[in-house]
Formats: sequence, C-alpha cells, structure tokens
Amino acid sequence: MAQIKGTGVSVGYEKKIVADNINFEINEGDYLYIVGENGSGKSTLMKCILGLEKVVAGNIVYGDNLKQKEIGYLPQQTFIQRDFPATVQEIVLSGCLNQLGFRPFFGKKEKQRAEEAMKKLEITDLAKRSYPELSGGQQQRVLLARALCATGKVLLLDEPVAGLDPYAQEQLYTLIYKINKEEKITIIMVSHDLEAAKKYATHILHIGKEKSVFCTKHEFLKENGGCLF
Amino acid sequence: MSVLTLLTEYLSRPMVRNALIVGTLIALCASLLGTTIVLKRLSFIGDGLSHVAFGALCIAMVFSLTDKMIVVLPITVLVAVILMGTNDNKKIKGDAAVAMLSVGALAFGYLLLNKFPGRGNNNISGDVCSTLFGSMSIMTLSNTDVILCIALSVIVVIFFIVFYNRIFSVTFDENFAAATGIRNTLYKLLLSVIIAVVIVLSMQLVGSLLISALIVFPVLSSQRIFRSFLSVVISSAALGVSCAVIGILASIIFSTPIGATVVCVNILVFAICFVFGKLFFRK
Repeated sequence: MAQIKGTGVSVGYEKKIVADNINFEINEGDYLYIVGENGSGKSTLMKCILGLEKVVAGNIVYGDNLKQKEIGYLPQQTFIQRDFPATVQEIVLSGCLNQLGFRPFFGKKEKQRAEEAMKKLEITDLAKRSYPELSGGQQQRVLLARALCATGKVLLLDEPVAGLDPYAQEQLYTLIYKINKEEKITIIMVSHDLEAAKKYATHILHIGKEKSVFCTKHEFLKENGGCLF
Repeated sequence: MSVLTLLTEYLSRPMVRNALIVGTLIALCASLLGTTIVLKRLSFIGDGLSHVAFGALCIAMVFSLTDKMIVVLPITVLVAVILMGTNDNKKIKGDAAVAMLSVGALAFGYLLLNKFPGRGNNNISGDVCSTLFGSMSIMTLSNTDVILCIALSVIVVIFFIVFYNRIFSVTFDENFAAATGIRNTLYKLLLSVIIAVVIVLSMQLVGSLLISALIVFPVLSSQRIFRSFLSVVISSAALGVSCAVIGILASIIFSTPIGATVVCVNILVFAICFVFGKLFFRK
C-alpha cells in the first residue's frame, strides 16, 4: 500500500478549479518533486495533502499507518514572521508538540528529539541564537529541523530554497537528500527548480493547465529529454 | 509630610490596597496576553474590542443595570470570537472590519446614551468620559469585585502557563501548527474569549480608549531587549505589573487620573527600553 495516494484529485480555491484529475502515488523513501507554473495549484495541492484545505474532487488516502498529523511541513517563507522573538531551540522544540498528547510541557524525550534534529541539520551551535538574526539559509534549516521533529515519515517542503543564495541552496538540497537517504523519510517538494529535480528526485509530478503528469524521473528524462513540458 | 509617610498613610486604607491588587492583576493578564496579540499582529483587534465593550456598556447604562458585566462580557466575547475566527476571511479585510466595528460601536453607544439616559442619570458627559478614560471607580471596588478579578486573573494565568507551548506554536506559525495536528481553531477560540475577558476587566482600570496601552507597551518594551519568547513573556509580565504599581501610586500622590498615569509610565518605560536596546543589544 502506498504511503500517500491521490486519485482524480481536483484542487482550487473559492470553488474555482485550478487543476484537475491529478493522480499520484507516493511510497516510503520516495523523493517527489511537484513542479508547474505559478498559480498552477502546486501549493494548494500541498495544503490538501496536509489537510489544511479540502480537495474539490477526488480523494487523497494515507496508507502504511501514516496519520495526517505525522507529516512534517516546511511552509513557504512568507508565512513566517521576520521579527519574532524566539530562539532556535524554542522553534525546533515546538515541532515536537504533536507528540505531547495531553501533557502541557515538553519532557526529556522531546528535548532529546529536538537536539538530534538540530544535529542533523548542523545548527546545534545556533541553539541559543535568536531566529530573526539568522541568515535565510540558517532560518530554513531551523524550520526544517522543526519539521523533522514533527515527523519520522514524510516531509512536505514548499519552495524551500526560494530566495536563498546558490551556496545556501546547495547546502539545503544536500541536507534534504541526506535526510531522505539516511532516515528513509519520504520527501515531497514543491519547486520551480527543474535542474534540482533532475538531480535528486525519484518521481516527478507536473501540474499543468491541460493535464497533470505523474512519472518516475527516468520516464520524465526519456520522454521529454528533460526539457519543459 | 514626606512622600513616604504619605504612601504608608494611603496604603493603610483598604480601598487603595484593593485598587493596587486589581490594577496589578489586570496589568499582569493584559501583558501576558499582549505577547500573543502583538506578535500575531492583532493589536488592532484589542483596540476594536475595547470600543465594542464601550458600546455594550452604554447599552447597560441605558437599561440602568446594576451589574453591567452581564451585558458587557457576553457581547465582547461574542465579537472577539467572530473577529478572531474570520481573520482569514477575504470578503472584508480583517483590519477594515475591525475599524468599521469599533467606530460603529463607539458612535452607536454615545448616541444611545444621549437619547435614552438611564434612570437618574444626568451626567452623561461625565459618564462617557470615565468609561473612555477610566475613572476613580477602581477606588470604590467592592469586595466581590476584587474577588471576581482575582479569580479571573488566576484562570488567565493558569491558562497561559498550561497552554504555553501551544500558544507559542500557534503564535509563531499557525499553518505549521495546523498541519501537524494542533487544534488551532480551539486555541484561537479560547484565546479570543480570554482576550475579551481581560479587556472588559481592564476597562475598570484605564477605560476603553487606553486599554491597548496595557496590552501593547510591555511587550514592545521587552522586545527591544530580549530575544527569546520565554524571556519576552516573563519580562513583559514584570514590566506590566511594575508600570501599573508605579502608575497607581503616582496617581495617588500627584492626584492625576489613574488610567492616563499608568499609560504614561508605560510610555516612559518603553522609551528607556528603546534607548537601552539600541545602545547594548542591537548590532
């Protein structure tokens, strides 16, 4: 059974359908790129997978004992406030919140989990630093560590490298790839970056005005020669 | 008579002690919730709600109710829930909706009070002025008022401590919280109810036009100096309380209006924190 499977999914907002008949199947350890033009419905599809919005038609089912709240999420940067007084540690730890149940405070287990996430993303030395003082690349790594705290299974990333300099982009891509390979965590990424998609993805979902295509990277490279749809 | 003997003289009076207790508690609650309100960019909602509370108070006055809270509290809570809930609604933008509502409530309340002054009420402008800018009513608190205020404050503080981690998450990044299964709407609902309660409470201290100051200033002052959420929360609670105590005492000594004095002390503290932060903490 696939981890996440979408059949005949249509997404849109305010009752207007932006993309319809999207089919995809994601298995454990996959690295899926969702590509498409601006306004094609990529981010909306992502919100549907997260359960933040409802699909207009079709359905998305979760398998392999995956619960919807076990999906870690890295939002588009614009959602995060730039001058919020919070330390890196506070933010990463807040990712463990979905494991608290009815307990009000974090215990040893959650603190250790946050510690490990920070180590994986190489931000342990930033733990006491304040979030607004960090560079864009560092901030993204903090949010990624938080997402990692929230999940052991699937990470959803919404344009994680947008606005970063090339070096920081490369660093973030490498870290995400490492998480995918070493932790066997499924990665779903919304992106414009086809070059990176060719390099890292196992599957590609292209959302277009006429039709949406889901295929493995090899099919994608073979049929299109890797050029745009 | 020196200031010190004057103070001890005043402090021996129960009504001054009551005023101090209530004032401090209100300031504590307002500054705690202020962290969420300010950081979530909802300051204008606090302001709007206080005007709605004024409108509700006018209705209560028209009907000459002895216990005005019966009207004021439910109306304010209801409006708070609606405002916080429809924050993402795109039909009328949040800030414009609040502006409409707050001016509307202000005008409606004043109109009503002028047209139908309650029984035995012949000092309308005095009444309006004291609800807008706070009155000496804090000096005439009954024991039940004080107990009610203590109880509500304890509830607010306990709520804030128990849900501290959830409040942080929802304040920092609502989308992430919702995506990872935090019950966003529930916490927002609880928060808006509590914000409404605190606003109605603080009307007694500073009046409805000045409430925002209690909510906004301690947080903004703390933000100049501290960089972590926890330290900002603790410091704004401390600043809020000390400003209230200093303000109330100062207003007694110099016989100035309580609300305005407390707010001025807050402004002064903000200025100090601003300079301090610029000198020592900013790059």
